[in-house]
Amino acid sequence: MPLASYQTSVPVVVDDAKCIADKGCTVCVDVCPLDVLRISDMTGKAFMAYDECWYCMPCEADCPTGAVTVNIPYLLR
Amino acid sequence: MAMDEIVDGLSEVSCDVLVIGGGTAGPMAALKAKLKNPKANVVLLEKANVKRSGAISMGMDGLNNAVIPGYATPEQYTKEITIANDGIVDQKAVYKYAERCYGIIEELDSFGIRFLKNENGDYAVKKVHHIGTYVLPMPNGETVKKAIYRQLRRARILISNRYMATRLLTGSDGRIAGAISVNTRTAEILVIKAKAVILCMGAAGRLGLPTSGYMFGTYENAANSGDGYAMAYHAGAALANLECFQINPLIKDYNGPACAYVAGPFGAFTANNEGARFIECDYWSGQMMLEFYNELQSGKGPVFLKLDHLHEDTISEIETTLHKVERPTRGLFHEGRNTDYRQEPIEMHISEIGFCSGHSASGVFVDDFARTTVPGLYAAGDMASVPHNYMLGAFTNGSVAGEDAMEYADNTDFAKFDAADIEKERERVLAPTRREDGIPPNQIEYKARRLVNDYLQPPKVTRKFELGQRRLGEVREDMETRMIARNAHELLRALETQSIVDCADMAAHASLYRTESRWGLYHLRTDYPEKDNENWFCHSLLSKKDGRMTSEKRAVEPYIVPIGEDEKDLYDKQRVRASA
Repeated sequence: MPLASYQTSVPVVVDDAKCIADKGCTVCVDVCPLDVLRISDMTGKAFMAYDECWYCMPCEADCPTGAVTVNIPYLLR
Repeated sequence: MAMDEIVDGLSEVSCDVLVIGGGTAGPMAALKAKLKNPKANVVLLEKANVKRSGAISMGMDGLNNAVIPGYATPEQYTKEITIANDGIVDQKAVYKYAERCYGIIEELDSFGIRFLKNENGDYAVKKVHHIGTYVLPMPNGETVKKAIYRQLRRARILISNRYMATRLLTGSDGRIAGAISVNTRTAEILVIKAKAVILCMGAAGRLGLPTSGYMFGTYENAANSGDGYAMAYHAGAALANLECFQINPLIKDYNGPACAYVAGPFGAFTANNEGARFIECDYWSGQMMLEFYNELQSGKGPVFLKLDHLHEDTISEIETTLHKVERPTRGLFHEGRNTDYRQEPIEMHISEIGFCSGHSASGVFVDDFARTTVPGLYAAGDMASVPHNYMLGAFTNGSVAGEDAMEYADNTDFAKFDAADIEKERERVLAPTRREDGIPPNQIEYKARRLVNDYLQPPKVTRKFELGQRRLGEVREDMETRMIARNAHELLRALETQSIVDCADMAAHASLYRTESRWGLYHLRTDYPEKDNENWFCHSLLSKKDGRMTSEKRAVEPYIVPIGEDEKDLYDKQRVRASA
């Protein structure tokens, strides 16, 4: 069966201007219990690659530059 | 390289003690094993990252079950848990926990974790349970994981993050031989041979589907997909009382706990739509959950967390604790809903079902040394059968497991296993990556969990369970023959889905086996509505025998702390009585 992609607004938002992933930082990607954050090949910044979030906050709490914001997933809001 | 691209690879390592799961029990088990024999190799394997993994990823606001001299005795605590768990308790393990947990508190204190003290410098313990006083707030509870992590580094524990264990290896003599794992970002296989293995893999928290419909909005850390339960099962270990589900009272749509431990001691309570208290004791038990459920179903629901009668200072203190530690997005949730504890009661609901001995009693069967029924295999924390053991139980029983496992490893050699087992498991793990076409894991997981809600959620009806088993069998067939994983991350989810379906099958099987009702809502069988002590005052043990799921009875060990006739039903009297 062919697969289709499914639109979803992701809860974790990264401020590209503050994110220093392009300088080698991987803190948010490292600490996520669900392993849903990645560094973009295109921008060099962190982003939420998979909408599988426990909105638990280590990514936001441990980010050294305050670039990460965790929102409540829309379905729960 | 494309994101999460699958890499072909297999490596093998060996160690004396392998600890799987770096949440709460696991780090303590690894630490104690290493301290017992500093020359030995201890590996701590973790699916996520030990720094922030498990139920206490962001910390914990307090100890729920601290047995502190001057406030409670091990006898009293053992009695309380025996009664709260409807008598089905091997008391030795509970008593051992109760005796040792104070030492662990002092040790955690020495790691830099603070516990609330009064003006005299004594621990400020609060009363929540029906009988005794065991709740101790942790003012800097958000530092727990960091403090433990420092100790792991100091002791030079070998930590392997982002490896998901998939199956245990057992020797021809039945002893444990190690585990097979897969890298969650590359799908490379890592085989770890070990003399002893300790499973600390948390609850099966991704079993039911939260009412919000968001698959990862579970009460338990959503990474806790029941992998430990599934692995223990496939290794032939017995699992105890899986029909004693975990169901918790939570804020509606938000996975934060509400009343008992944090707000309760300050005067908040669970209220019905008339603003009236309807349960005597907010301590989480199956009996309390049954009253909660009954109220929700009656015309007096919904059920609310009521704080608006409290003083502003008190509410602020509760709010600070609830919004800062354990689930710190909680404030954000209330902000989005425009709900304020000061203005109105907050709507509550019941959680999805799961397995978790941390709050109930469903776990891999262990004795008072955390030994499972497989020689050399241990279990601790939420996935081991010591009931109601919470975070402090995970630390304490993890410590017991670590010490005993190292002693076992020191006196044994590696068990010999069949090398073909590795190749077989590798093929099983990678099967979803070999298919060109099929069903993605998220759809199979969603369907399995939706069926869990439809058919396995209490009240438990035999006919519904039989239908549920049939439908879950169809999902299993799809999972085993058609599931597809296009990258390493999808493979992680595919493997978790397998754990979830295994746990769903176990939940159904164990529930049908016990033909009585017990533990309040946790095992409420409408076809057998009464507690039947004559036939069912026993554990039920589920295990895999000759490839098939089977259940059997196991006698409760004779009590070491006697329970009086007038005491044993104390937790049955949860409903507030109308006074004459």
